Amino acid sequence: MFRRRTDLPLDRDALSRFLPWLIAFMVYLAAMAQAGMLGLDSMSQRWSKDIGTSLTVQVPPVSGLDKAAKEKSIRRLQDTLNLLSETKGIIRSSVIPESRVLQLLEPWLGAGIAGDVPLPVLIDVETNPANKPDIRVLKQKLSAAVPGIVVDDHGVWLARLVQLIRTMEGFAALVLVLILASAAATIVFTTRTGLAVHREAIEVLHFTGAHDSYIADQFAWRAMALGFKGGIIGLGLALPTLLALGLVAGRIEQGLLPEISLGGVGWISLLVLPFASALLAWWTARATVMRNLAGML
Amino acid sequence: MNFDPTIPIARFENVGLRYGLGPEVLQDVKLELQPGSYHFLVGPSGAGKSSLLKLLYLAHRPSRGLVHLFGMDVATTPRDELPALRRSIGVVFQDYRLLDHLSTFDNVALPLRVARVKEDEVQRHVVELLAWVGLENHMHARPPTLSGGQKQRASIARAVIARPRLLLADEPTGNVDDRMGFRLMHLIEELNKLGTTIVVATHNEKIVERLGHPVIGINDGRINVTPGSGPTY
Repeated sequence: MFRRRTDLPLDRDALSRFLPWLIAFMVYLAAMAQAGMLGLDSMSQRWSKDIGTSLTVQVPPVSGLDKAAKEKSIRRLQDTLNLLSETKGIIRSSVIPESRVLQLLEPWLGAGIAGDVPLPVLIDVETNPANKPDIRVLKQKLSAAVPGIVVDDHGVWLARLVQLIRTMEGFAALVLVLILASAAATIVFTTRTGLAVHREAIEVLHFTGAHDSYIADQFAWRAMALGFKGGIIGLGLALPTLLALGLVAGRIEQGLLPEISLGGVGWISLLVLPFASALLAWWTARATVMRNLAGML
Repeated sequence: MNFDPTIPIARFENVGLRYGLGPEVLQDVKLELQPGSYHFLVGPSGAGKSSLLKLLYLAHRPSRGLVHLFGMDVATTPRDELPALRRSIGVVFQDYRLLDHLSTFDNVALPLRVARVKEDEVQRHVVELLAWVGLENHMHARPPTLSGGQKQRASIARAVIARPRLLLADEPTGNVDDRMGFRLMHLIEELNKLGTTIVVATHNEKIVERLGHPVIGINDGRINVTPGSGPTY
């Protein structure tokens, strides 16, 4: 691919041999930054979607282990469920089984706490995203019916979390831009060295009537081939790394993190990287040569 | 590029040339090269022969004065129009300046490829010309494997392949024996007969006397043109 006849012995340049590896390293880092950016974006969207339409209602336990206390607890729960089902904008409300609550608390409180600690009853509420209920009014109604009830719409910490993720995304984007700038600087340096090494041959081409663009194209096509080669190597190393990270994240995310996915567009944007690095190399080398030759007669 | 055949190939008016902040290596040069003319450029080493040639093949612009090539003022000609001018000028360098990584064929083909001539025409013209200069058996050889005379012939072939209107040769016989020198000069004579304007810088007095063309003498950066006496053979 990109094999063209050239009048300059660019293949023999020592720097040309290293350029694909330098670009491979940068494409690898770029793939990581890009995947991180896309993964975080997907995570924040999923989090917003999942949590933004859900509420958790905590019905505190009634103190005492006698029958009257149990009946009171059941009545408070029933009142809460009735009130929730009557509220417009609530699609579903379901009690989280005690076993699941214990499972969620296990990492903090340890196993075997059933019966030792009075646990609130948790109700998972799903709201209609198109017609959300007024949470403030809902809280007032529930508090009046069941004193001590807690309604958590996750809004505060969700907003902070999304803000944190957006900041991390911005940082990943900055890293990506820095990597691209470093790749471009590497190509500029390599091309300038090539111009110095082949100065005499370039003069001969000029004296035989070559336009600057004729000479620039030779450097640009060579850089493009090396950029593409480096891009393929970098992506070849990045993909297994990302798959391995995906597997590790898959294990952690159970119950803690939403599913992290790059999505089809994300994967395609990664596959585009070798072409992007080839294009960047072509354009940078060409611009460098044109700029340098403009100073010659 | 079309040129008016009635205007001089090159015209120098009060031309001075200095490199950087150094002294003037050419001073008050007045010169006119008519189409089809043949001049020898002679003078001691360091007198300014190569500098004069550099102005003619557009390696430098004059520090002062006017240089017109094919009727165009080189000082004001836009940079992107220089390649078209250079394609009308063939240069035989003293040190050949062949590209070592290319074959003899590719070296000679360079001016045609640079001008984006079709590859089948390149093949035909280069094969024909290499046969004319006697290098048909060395087409695929790289310059480092060629003798001095072969390199010089390859260099001449490259200079004339695009049929330039002006041929400049810097010491074309400097690295070859007398026999080969006269053979190369015969090649250049043939080109002149076809209408190419020639300037040959040389130290070889025998060739200058024998061919009898006008002589541009150069000393301490100043020139003096003497008319030719005609060939003596």
